[in-house]
Amino acid sequence: SLVPRRLCILKGIYPHEPKHKKKVNKGSTAPRTFYLLKDIKFLLHEPIVNKFREYKVSVPPEGPPGGCPGPQSPHVPLSPQVFVRKLRKAYGKSEWGTVERLKDNKPTYKLDHIVKERYPTFVDALRDLDDALSMCFLFSTFPRTGKCHVQTVQLCRRLAVEFQNFVIASRSLRKVFLSIKGIYYQAEVLGQPITWVTPYAFAHDHPTDVDYRVMATFTEFYTTLLGFVNFRLYQSLNLLYPPKIDTQTEDELKPAEGKEYAMDSESYLERLSALSSSLARAVAPAHEDEVEMDEFPVEGETAELMDAKKKEQEALEKHKKLFEGLRFFLNREVPREPLAFVIRCFGGQVSWDKSLCIGATYDASDPSITHHIIDRPRLDKQVVGRYYLQPQWVFDSVNAKLCLPVADYFPGLLLPPHLSPFVTEKEGDYVPPEKLKLLALQRGENPEEESEEEEEEEEEEEEEGDNDKEEEEEEDESEKEEEMKLQKMEEQKMEEQKTQSTQSKKVLPVKVTAGKVRLEDKQRLEQEQQQEEKRLAIMMMKKREKYLYKKIMFGKKRKIREANKLAEKRKAHDAALKEQKKKNKKARQA
Amino acid sequence: FSGIPSPFSPRIPWNSPPSPHPFPGVFSLQDIRNTVGNIPMEWYQDFPHVGYDLDGKKIYKPLRSKDELDLFLEKMENPEYWRTVQDPQTGAELCLSEEQLELVQRLQRGHFGDVNFDPYEPSVDFFTHEVRIHPVTNRPADKRSFIPSLVEKEKVSKLVHAIKMGWIQPRKPRESTPTFYDLWAREEPDAVLGRHKMHVPAPKMPLPGHAESYNPPPEFLLSPEEELAWQQQEPSERRLAFLPRRFPSLRAVPAYPRFIHERFERCLDLYLCPRQRKMRVNVDPEDLIPKLPRPRDLQPFPTTQALIYRGHSSLVRTISVSPSGQWLVSAGDAGDMARQGRLQGVGGEGRDFGISPGSQSQSHLHCHPEELQGDSEDQDLACIPFLSLCRSQPVTQVTWHGKGDYWASVVRNPGGRQVLIHQSSRRWSQDPFRRSPGMIQCVRFHPLRPYFLVASQRSVRIYNLLRQELTKKLQSNCQWISSMAVHPGGDNVICGSYDSKLAWFDLDLSTRPYRLLRHHGRAVRSVAFHRRYPLFASASDDGSVIVCHGMVYNDLLQNALLVPLKVLKGHAPTLDLGVLDVAFHPQQPWIFSSGADGTVRLYT
Repeated sequence: SLVPRRLCILKGIYPHEPKHKKKVNKGSTAPRTFYLLKDIKFLLHEPIVNKFREYKVSVPPEGPPGGCPGPQSPHVPLSPQVFVRKLRKAYGKSEWGTVERLKDNKPTYKLDHIVKERYPTFVDALRDLDDALSMCFLFSTFPRTGKCHVQTVQLCRRLAVEFQNFVIASRSLRKVFLSIKGIYYQAEVLGQPITWVTPYAFAHDHPTDVDYRVMATFTEFYTTLLGFVNFRLYQSLNLLYPPKIDTQTEDELKPAEGKEYAMDSESYLERLSALSSSLARAVAPAHEDEVEMDEFPVEGETAELMDAKKKEQEALEKHKKLFEGLRFFLNREVPREPLAFVIRCFGGQVSWDKSLCIGATYDASDPSITHHIIDRPRLDKQVVGRYYLQPQWVFDSVNAKLCLPVADYFPGLLLPPHLSPFVTEKEGDYVPPEKLKLLALQRGENPEEESEEEEEEEEEEEEEGDNDKEEEEEEDESEKEEEMKLQKMEEQKMEEQKTQSTQSKKVLPVKVTAGKVRLEDKQRLEQEQQQEEKRLAIMMMKKREKYLYKKIMFGKKRKIREANKLAEKRKAHDAALKEQKKKNKKARQA
Repeated sequence: FSGIPSPFSPRIPWNSPPSPHPFPGVFSLQDIRNTVGNIPMEWYQDFPHVGYDLDGKKIYKPLRSKDELDLFLEKMENPEYWRTVQDPQTGAELCLSEEQLELVQRLQRGHFGDVNFDPYEPSVDFFTHEVRIHPVTNRPADKRSFIPSLVEKEKVSKLVHAIKMGWIQPRKPRESTPTFYDLWAREEPDAVLGRHKMHVPAPKMPLPGHAESYNPPPEFLLSPEEELAWQQQEPSERRLAFLPRRFPSLRAVPAYPRFIHERFERCLDLYLCPRQRKMRVNVDPEDLIPKLPRPRDLQPFPTTQALIYRGHSSLVRTISVSPSGQWLVSAGDAGDMARQGRLQGVGGEGRDFGISPGSQSQSHLHCHPEELQGDSEDQDLACIPFLSLCRSQPVTQVTWHGKGDYWASVVRNPGGRQVLIHQSSRRWSQDPFRRSPGMIQCVRFHPLRPYFLVASQRSVRIYNLLRQELTKKLQSNCQWISSMAVHPGGDNVICGSYDSKLAWFDLDLSTRPYRLLRHHGRAVRSVAFHRRYPLFASASDDGSVIVCHGMVYNDLLQNALLVPLKVLKGHAPTLDLGVLDVAFHPQQPWIFSSGADGTVRLYT
């Protein structure tokens, strides 16, 4: 393409779909991408273009050969010796000193003004932060060699950690989801939901069919954006930027033995990324009393609205303090960073094995630990007075906005399903039974007892297995009877048909049989009539409307079908599980 | 490193000392040494020999290569089979000795071939780490190591000169980390560039559902069949981009292999996808359904099947009802004609007939393929041929003028005479057209005015018979008209077509259809108007007859009201044909239909 790719990425310019494709494409309907002429002209006025020219002759510095129509514009004086040419020359002459010097004076450019231009207000920037965060979190897991510059990786890591620290300090995390792709987080900053995904901590198997230059260009822009956003966010909380660890906690963190781990400047990022310490504030926190909202006398609907709002606010405050007062300990096989991040976001205290990571505040033997997160089938020696739980409990509790009962999450147990917090089921959608249970819990009901009762009932049923069987047999019998009836009816019909056919063969033996009074269900009849009326009305629809109607109905039907399929699958699964349970019980009894 | 001759290595054929265990077979008897040297033995693949011995004579391969059966027998009978190998150089079979077997097993396990070799011997340094009193070399230092280098001096002076001249600048402190500041200190929400007004922000990534969980509810996992179907689908067609999986614990979750891909695809979407604001149609489907009067308010109309007339052995092509409503005639492909209540065997192949509406004694027209016959009928049902007319082609349709004197017949004769208008009283015929107006499907007389309607394949022409000119040409928007009916009021015409459409023309309104109804699933065979009630019906190959309410108002400003009333089903489709003809009862709101299943049905 002739369009400078890098500039387009940085300036956020995207192609347009023309209204009259054929007209624009000179009569051909072949797929082509079209940019607005205005957009491309807009690109040429970008001061960064000159910087690119200083770097290399053709404007798309890493773009495909062919260049763009831009560089030959007359008013930009082309520097005769651009960086790349000089460097190549120096390499050719083996003048290593010159090479070194040139590399030191490599032309650089800043993207600040582009960020400001693309996001005129801070809220705009927040709205578009999803991709920036996901990209930075991905790049921060890249190896320090190979795919991109070390500085980029380090910068990404730094920005990601800073953002995480901000989320902890502002307690703005709302939802977490462990998917098979990675961990999704959703935070709410200034009323904007920001969702990002981080991969699981493994080495990447770098694919070959991915153009890392495109990703690097995006990352270049995103790091700038995220940096400025971080600065602003820290400022809004009166925190120092670049973040400083609170001196109070810093002293606590200093290893007591005097054996320094590393120089302060070196271990700074590591300590920050441990996420275990609070950050220093620019203005000393004047232990803020909860700002009471002024209450104005209001009437009617607004009052109700205000009430609802107030309730919501209270729920939110409660959610923010979900883990307050709880002390967690992470076993070493548990992914430390996500869990520490989530727990700290909701006010919990967290620590881990000292050898695992810097920043551990207490060790496993601490008697004040309330929850010990563990991801192995069983632990040899357990300390009395704390819950040993699987990590899913933390995430599920956060999503449920309450500390869930711990019994389902003990180590070695089969975990209950982990549901996505991002799904809000509308009417007609399939709702998994676990979600229903959760909703009941949130409403304050206790389905636990009910389920226990159910289980008891089940047991009773099992005890009354013989009765059950009889019942089943009865049911079977009734079914059989129905079948028999049906068969009889069919036979009758067949006979009738036969007689009819024989009748028709004969010459009209008109025969009158006594009629039977048919009881007709009025309601059903009414319904049927309405259905038919609807069908007839559909026949009269215009072609376009009919198409639309059919499309909508198809979509609806498919949705229903899928929901039904899921429900059916669940039913079959539950039945199989029950059967298995019964068998196990019998085996045990035997 | 072992004293055992290796039968595998082609490099050292047989020049090692003989082993203590002599090999059985050929080898022990005579010493065959192949002199070809270290070459790939495939080169001898196509030759009968494998090389030359010391005397320069050919060494032949074993005479016959063994087939599967031989191999199997040997495998079964020879207890040494498992340790027998073939020498690639001579083609001879060798049996491995115990010692050789042991060597093979050692090599397979990755051990050293020599049993006595110890890979973990304590290492011995070449040079001791202890400092000795005597130097290793005792060479005195060079003189040049004491004298300052001239070359270096020259280089340094050059650098000094360059610095003095200002050619070399001191290194600028490199900014390793970007500095951030409050970019939005002065927010100017109004100072938005023109371009950004029409900026379309990229849509966010869709959020994950339950199926993406590492531990989803069991119903979201795919069954083996679904999984297979998923794998066979094109990646772009899949509804789920990933396979839902369940892991027993968080510890067991692996890295997602397509994570970087997905990020990359998102990047591509962001800068390569055209963005467009699309208005989503947010319509309640119920609103799309037109509000029509309820059918039950538009009674009477036929609703149920009342009678079935049987008797035809094959398709019933056409039916007609007498003006009094007493008699119904039907004609079938098998050459029989039936009258309501009684059956009459009439020879020949019936195609079409009409009952003359005006005459006192009813008269049928029945057409043979070659001959047109008029049957006059008295009350005693005697059958007297009263008119016969010969045409060279099979007659496809006959229609009567309202007064009963004139009638028109259509034959399939493209290019030639297709339509003839006959007068019964004078017993003469005339061809109204000077030139053939295309393939004529159907003709009708106008019920009130002296008009003659001719339906060709795609259009309907209306001729004024008095002035002998074309009055109107109706474009049907159909591919192939099958049938036509004129409203008794005379201002509306309906056309059925083989592409399953029904066109309603309002002659006062336009030459284009007022409504084009697509009720039927398959070709429309026949259409009919009721003479007294505002009803019309269409019959189709899908086996259904649809009765509609077609109210025509006297007020010219009000358009006709069309409401489908009832779908009448009953005819079983046979031979890909369903209902072939419909006719209304002249007085009652009843309808007769004839079908390909050989029956005529009455719906009341």
